[in-house]
Amino acid sequence: MARAAVLGRLTWQVGTVAATRDETATARTIVLDVPGWPGHLAGQHVDVRLTAEDGYSTQRSYSIASAPDGQAGRQLELTVQRLADGEVSPYLTQTLAVGYPLELRGPIGGWFVWDPAGAAAAPVLLVAGGSGVVPLMAMIRERAAAGSRAPFRLIYSVRDPGALLYAGELAQREQAGDGLEVTYVYSRTAPPGSTEPTGRINATTLASAGWPPEESPAVFVCGPTGFVEAAADLLVRAGHGASAIKTERFGPSGGQP
Amino acid sequence: MGIVSPGFSGRRRSGGEKLPPGQYLVSDFPVLSAGPTPRVDTGRWELQITTETGQVHRWDWAAFRALPAEEPTVDIHCVTKWSKLGTHWRGVSLDTLLAGVETSAGFALARSYGGYTTNLPLADLVDGQAWVAFDFDDEPLDPEHGGPARLLVPHLYFWKSAKWLQGIDLSDHDTPGFWESLGYHNYGDPWREQRYWGD
Repeated sequence: MARAAVLGRLTWQVGTVAATRDETATARTIVLDVPGWPGHLAGQHVDVRLTAEDGYSTQRSYSIASAPDGQAGRQLELTVQRLADGEVSPYLTQTLAVGYPLELRGPIGGWFVWDPAGAAAAPVLLVAGGSGVVPLMAMIRERAAAGSRAPFRLIYSVRDPGALLYAGELAQREQAGDGLEVTYVYSRTAPPGSTEPTGRINATTLASAGWPPEESPAVFVCGPTGFVEAAADLLVRAGHGASAIKTERFGPSGGQP
Repeated sequence: MGIVSPGFSGRRRSGGEKLPPGQYLVSDFPVLSAGPTPRVDTGRWELQITTETGQVHRWDWAAFRALPAEEPTVDIHCVTKWSKLGTHWRGVSLDTLLAGVETSAGFALARSYGGYTTNLPLADLVDGQAWVAFDFDDEPLDPEHGGPARLLVPHLYFWKSAKWLQGIDLSDHDTPGFWESLGYHNYGDPWREQRYWGD
């Protein structure tokens, strides 16, 4: 947090798309070369600015998916979920291609961050609803990049298996057996052969797949507003201190993944 | 103006509404909070205004609601880029709350149930610019939007409109609040796009 807090003025920078990767039918990861990128903390986001030929411009915020300084040079990854009625996300996921410029500034946000140097080995609970997994994935990648052994548990709620971001990478990282555990909650359709019931995240799942409050985990919850409200309320009711729960919400109120 | 994004045309607004730079229009009401939503019972709710000399003015819920209320209809602008126009509130003007408060302080620090803080010049809370709001669209304010009562300072980015307001500390000194300490602009004028430090 201290590193983020000392950053000065955030100027607009021009990145160049180095690669794109489809994560699902509606989500794409954009790998950007950003010369002069100052570095970031896992969990932070950037502002992206698009400008049309007639000068019309608009901005949105996107979470950074990659670990800080994880790649050679100054690369940065964003994962963008396409919204059916979106103005910016369809451009980023369908039009933007390798070699295109993209204006951005950041990193932004000094609160919803996990710093391996700051937290030592304290356990971490990550609770993701839908594409809310993106900044939490940055934390998981940072944990690996930094060689941290802080025990991580991710509870990842998603509509159906086809909507899972980073499925292969999460499975690989979990199989490494170095202290990352992942539990999936399917709100509509479970994978074939699953014995788990589908439905929204509940107190039982948070208790069995999370950490008991006595372990004093650092908790990060990210997702649509309705999901975050519900999960954070359940965690407080289970005895987790409100000040230990950091949240990041997106989308309209009342939404569910 | 930024560099042109190849192949981007964007969506023009039909109504021709004027928005602050970098903002886009929404019709719903997004929620931004740094932690769980505090549940504050109006039975134990209290609003305090503390002056620079330490004098404390207190209102319980009944006393607060007995004050004359106003019904501002205002545009609101969140630093995360959404703007919502013509929002309808009911609340008590800070001019009313400060009428019996003797102060020459220059700054205010709003404090919330749950620990959130935000700072602003006292001049931005007076002269019909700010309210302690308790109804939104003729309904009691939802907890996720800051109920029972929140600060409403629509001419600044909406993080200055502290949810779950508990108190306002007046001081001769400016003390950065929660987001102001974490990289967000100390003043936050949306029309000057003062989002972050150095803007």
